[in-house]
Amino acid sequence: MAEVGAASLAPAARNPLGRWLVYALLTGFAAFYLVPLLVVVLNSVRTAQDIGATSVIGWPRELALDNFSRAWGSYCIAQSCTGIAPYMWNSFLLVVPATVISTLLGALNGYSVALWRFRGDNWVFGLVTLGVFLPEQMKLIPWALVLRDLGLTNTISGLVLIHVVQGISFTTLFCRNYYVAIPAELLKAARIDGAGYFRIFWRIVLPLSPPILIVTVIWQFTHIWNEFIYGVTFTSGTQQPVTAALIALSVSVSEAPQYGVQSAAVLLAALPTLLVYLFGGKYFLRGLTAGAVK
Amino acid sequence: MGVEADPLSRHPGMGEAAMPAGTATTALPRPAAGAAPARWRGHLGRWAPHLVLWPPLLVSVLHVVSFTLYTTWISFTPSTLLPEYDWVGMQNYVSVLNSRNWKIASSNLLIYGAGFVLLTTVLGLLLAVLIDQRIRAENLFRAIFLYPMAVSFVVTGTVWAWLLNPAVGIQHLVRGLGFESFRFDWLVDREMAIYTIVIAGAWQASGFAMALFLAGIRSVDADLYKAAQIDGAGAWRIYRRVVLPCIGPIFIAVLVILLQFTIKTFDLVRALTGGGPGLATQLPTLVVYDLMFQRGLLGRGGAAAVLLLLYLLAVLLPYFAYARWRRRKEARHG
Repeated sequence: MAEVGAASLAPAARNPLGRWLVYALLTGFAAFYLVPLLVVVLNSVRTAQDIGATSVIGWPRELALDNFSRAWGSYCIAQSCTGIAPYMWNSFLLVVPATVISTLLGALNGYSVALWRFRGDNWVFGLVTLGVFLPEQMKLIPWALVLRDLGLTNTISGLVLIHVVQGISFTTLFCRNYYVAIPAELLKAARIDGAGYFRIFWRIVLPLSPPILIVTVIWQFTHIWNEFIYGVTFTSGTQQPVTAALIALSVSVSEAPQYGVQSAAVLLAALPTLLVYLFGGKYFLRGLTAGAVK
Repeated sequence: MGVEADPLSRHPGMGEAAMPAGTATTALPRPAAGAAPARWRGHLGRWAPHLVLWPPLLVSVLHVVSFTLYTTWISFTPSTLLPEYDWVGMQNYVSVLNSRNWKIASSNLLIYGAGFVLLTTVLGLLLAVLIDQRIRAENLFRAIFLYPMAVSFVVTGTVWAWLLNPAVGIQHLVRGLGFESFRFDWLVDREMAIYTIVIAGAWQASGFAMALFLAGIRSVDADLYKAAQIDGAGAWRIYRRVVLPCIGPIFIAVLVILLQFTIKTFDLVRALTGGGPGLATQLPTLVVYDLMFQRGLLGRGGAAAVLLLLYLLAVLLPYFAYARWRRRKEARHG
């Protein structure tokens, strides 16, 4: 598949009316895609009275910047008034180790499966990648039992374990499909020089890996940060990652909605992955295409 | 698993075409191991890679296989809050399939699936064609259309719930502008609520469809374009007659990806409607969760999870067969 960045072959429309229509449509769609983001950003600096008097769509009359400090540090979620800070922290404690470990193991796995043939290697690879398709619902009961037996129920470590094991399916798939294209001559030469499994990995494969490792890290980071079902199933209260806490927040305030503070909370929770997207968009798209099978 | 294999003494099989997932074929016999004489120094060197190579591979293989088998087993037991291992045959399946909850969830899935796949594909294709018109600021437009994919469904669902909420969202805004009789209350309308999921889902995923279509459009052979242009075909005709037939396989891939996505939808509904009003937006994934963790019926929840897997296989297996057939066909034609 060609890179999306490839040049367009489409004939440039000759009549200005057609050009105008193209830009009008594109701008219209861009507005539709941006409205939800814009609404959250604007609401995050509006007061509750302002939003109550008009609607969730509107310009701020006065800047209520304290929405952010309240959302971060003092807002009440399910009877604990700590803001989303501890939940953001939980998410980071979950995402960083899970991303690093699953990427490293995926690189090793991908290297083993792609470059060292063994009997049944295709079967092993096929089964590993089946994990990409298996719906979470098939894994909930077994994970509940595994976490219980390991004493990891309602801990961030438990979620790290889940995301490492599940993540291996994706990271192995990404890395294997990348390593398979490493030219045979390169490895043959290294083997003749007496290099073994580890040295070939360190000296040859790893230095070639940065592009795929960036894709893998971005994919895992976004995926685990945004993940919801394991967080909400296996953790509760102050142990929850931020996605699960956001749902608790919207449930707990359904009587007296605080859209301003909630918007600030939603924005803060979405910020890490948005920043990753902003700075690594190209790699994000590659991962999305490679992991599209999910 | 043939652990007799010694990966170190095998010739690395590189340079073969990357094989998409799920196409595992039986390994062909390869030259026997141990052609080189084993030296004492080699023992540790030979075993250390195995210690590194196998645990992560085994963990991921075993978790996929054993978790699937375990949940399937549980689905044939009377388990409630804790697993029990008596055999009750198809009883759980019968009760799930006959429950009103599952029937409504399945028909919701059909409506949502059809609407979501159709809208996302049309939007994605339209955006891809628009972006392909040698426009300025292409990267900016692409980034705008794709950013929802980087955001959690929980966030998407929460924000769309506000926009679609008649009391504070779009309806309220338009009424405030003086159109007192304006109605847009799908979120709380039993008949229409499912379409709010379609809108939010298409908003999130159509940029992704666009990216896939755009890659396909741009991989079309330049000579085909030129030939069509020389024949005097207009832009619309070129798209219809040259581009669309060429990106047929991408179409099918996008459809399968989106269908999978539909079947696995969970977070979005939890955040947007919670399955309501009533059961109006209940989906099979929510039924599984409800049975397992809210009603404490692990056996029935397991049966519902297996049924969900079967829905998924009904989409994936034909696709794998098709992908295999296409690869063979391409291999035959060189």
